[in-house]
Amino acid sequence: MTGRRSWQVRLPQALLGAVLLIWTLMPVYTMAMLALSPQSQVFSGHLYPHTPTVQNFVDVVSQRGEYVGAFWLQMANSAVTAIGTTVLVLLVGTLAAFGIARLRPRWGSFVSNAALATYVIPLSFVSIPLYKVMATYGLLGTRWSLVLAMTAFASPYAMWVFSQHSETAISHELDESARIDGASSWQIYLRIYLPLMTPVLVAIGIYAFLLAWNEYLLAFLLLGSGSTTTMPVALSDFLNTDNPPWNSFMAASLFYALPPAILYYLFRNKITGGLTAGSVKE
Amino acid sequence: MTATISAPVRRGRPFWRGVSMNAVPFVVPYVVMFLLLVVYPVGYGLYLGHAPGNYRSLFNNPTYLRSVVNTLLFVGIGVNVKMFLALLLSGFFAIQRWWSKALLAVFLLPWAIPAVPGFLSIHFMLNGQWGFINALLESLGVSHPPVWLISYGWGFSAAVVAYIWKWLPFWTLILLAARTSISSDVYEAAAVDGAVGVRRFIHITFPLLRNVYITSVLLSTIWTLGNYNAIFFVTGGGPIDSTQVFATLGIKYAFQVGDVNLGVAVALSALPVLVPLIVLLVRRLRSSS
Repeated sequence: MTGRRSWQVRLPQALLGAVLLIWTLMPVYTMAMLALSPQSQVFSGHLYPHTPTVQNFVDVVSQRGEYVGAFWLQMANSAVTAIGTTVLVLLVGTLAAFGIARLRPRWGSFVSNAALATYVIPLSFVSIPLYKVMATYGLLGTRWSLVLAMTAFASPYAMWVFSQHSETAISHELDESARIDGASSWQIYLRIYLPLMTPVLVAIGIYAFLLAWNEYLLAFLLLGSGSTTTMPVALSDFLNTDNPPWNSFMAASLFYALPPAILYYLFRNKITGGLTAGSVKE
Repeated sequence: MTATISAPVRRGRPFWRGVSMNAVPFVVPYVVMFLLLVVYPVGYGLYLGHAPGNYRSLFNNPTYLRSVVNTLLFVGIGVNVKMFLALLLSGFFAIQRWWSKALLAVFLLPWAIPAVPGFLSIHFMLNGQWGFINALLESLGVSHPPVWLISYGWGFSAAVVAYIWKWLPFWTLILLAARTSISSDVYEAAAVDGAVGVRRFIHITFPLLRNVYITSVLLSTIWTLGNYNAIFFVTGGGPIDSTQVFATLGIKYAFQVGDVNLGVAVALSALPVLVPLIVLLVRRLRSSS
């Protein structure tokens, strides 16, 4: 009886598992297969690399080839803009969240509601005027344009998670006793608030880094295809030729996908912890 | 900062509450950024797209009207199918055995890798001549597989499927976290009352997940309205602009055609749907915190 029951449960589970594996891995497999294929096989409609080669990875790393000539510069641009966004989001976000949630000014809820509305606006709908405004500021083509735009749109979620976390993690009595001892707001921010916020700082830092690292549309509009361009824009340029070198494209893609994949897997619990603390954010 | 004990003491508050509680310097950096990079662009966008002529020409434009239908289909089908699958899969992954944990780690890959290479890989797979899918179908004996990206129906469906592929893991994870936070006491009490299997899901699990589920659907609807990458990289809006959605058509008008006002008008034409959704969502998020 029990054997029969477990068989009836396990077979559908195994089938579902197999379907999920194929569904998830097909595009990833295509990426890896092409990255391992020589150029002669790319357009042959093959299912696996007949003569696998790591030449594409070597070409990308040594920047040989028309489309990977600036590979390291583009990776560095991605890293610099992502790190810049991370630092600014953490700085601006903790300051604002501390000011609103701990010092409780009367206008605080007005600012946090306005911020929350920013959090849910789709970025692509604001991207055209944002491009115009960046041109007015004279920032088009500079890395600052992307860093500032990403910070402005990532900070609201950061502030929200920070505020929610501080309410449960830091008691107001702690602030008050520090105040009686003569601590200023800045001292409370630096000595009490920031140290106790460390877990969510990691989660939000990763969130901001990945948001900027992965962003295509704004990077394309604000940076263009010049020397400040980031990896997703450079990858999309591959498509502008008749016979794109898909194999070196996929090899470059895998290098580009590696840092976020590592971060997601290392900090998965922290990221989802932060997500559920503040409900949700892609 | 310079206020002293002589500062006015507010009624009903300890005296130190009136001392150096100035929040302004803390909030100023954010507010400045908000004004320069959110309020000004949004206001400027409203100004750019204010002329009624833009909307008249949009409503006489078959490509635009097609994109309205496409956007509604993309959001309606994409979000609901994705969220429903996420709800079911979160139950599957809640099993919490070694193999389901290992499977979950693999299942998260589409979320963990950036959108551009993921969607471009799917774009390559769908190529009629050398794509992986048709190579696979032909090796399985299908003699004339569809030429995916030069057909509206196949191309658009492929973009929706690619979108679900990319975002299903994220929402599964959110619903899984919500599921695992349900106390096991609740299930034990339910089991005593005879609620197991499907009945347990309908009467216990889903009512407890409903809030998270509805918030997730709303949030996902708004973000998907603005989805650019899934369409742009899988179909490129083609064939002949038949699979354009608001986000891709607006950018195309503004930067390829060079009519910025028309591009902004495409995005603004989503406001009647977008604004109520944003208000509803901000209220929900507020009340949950």
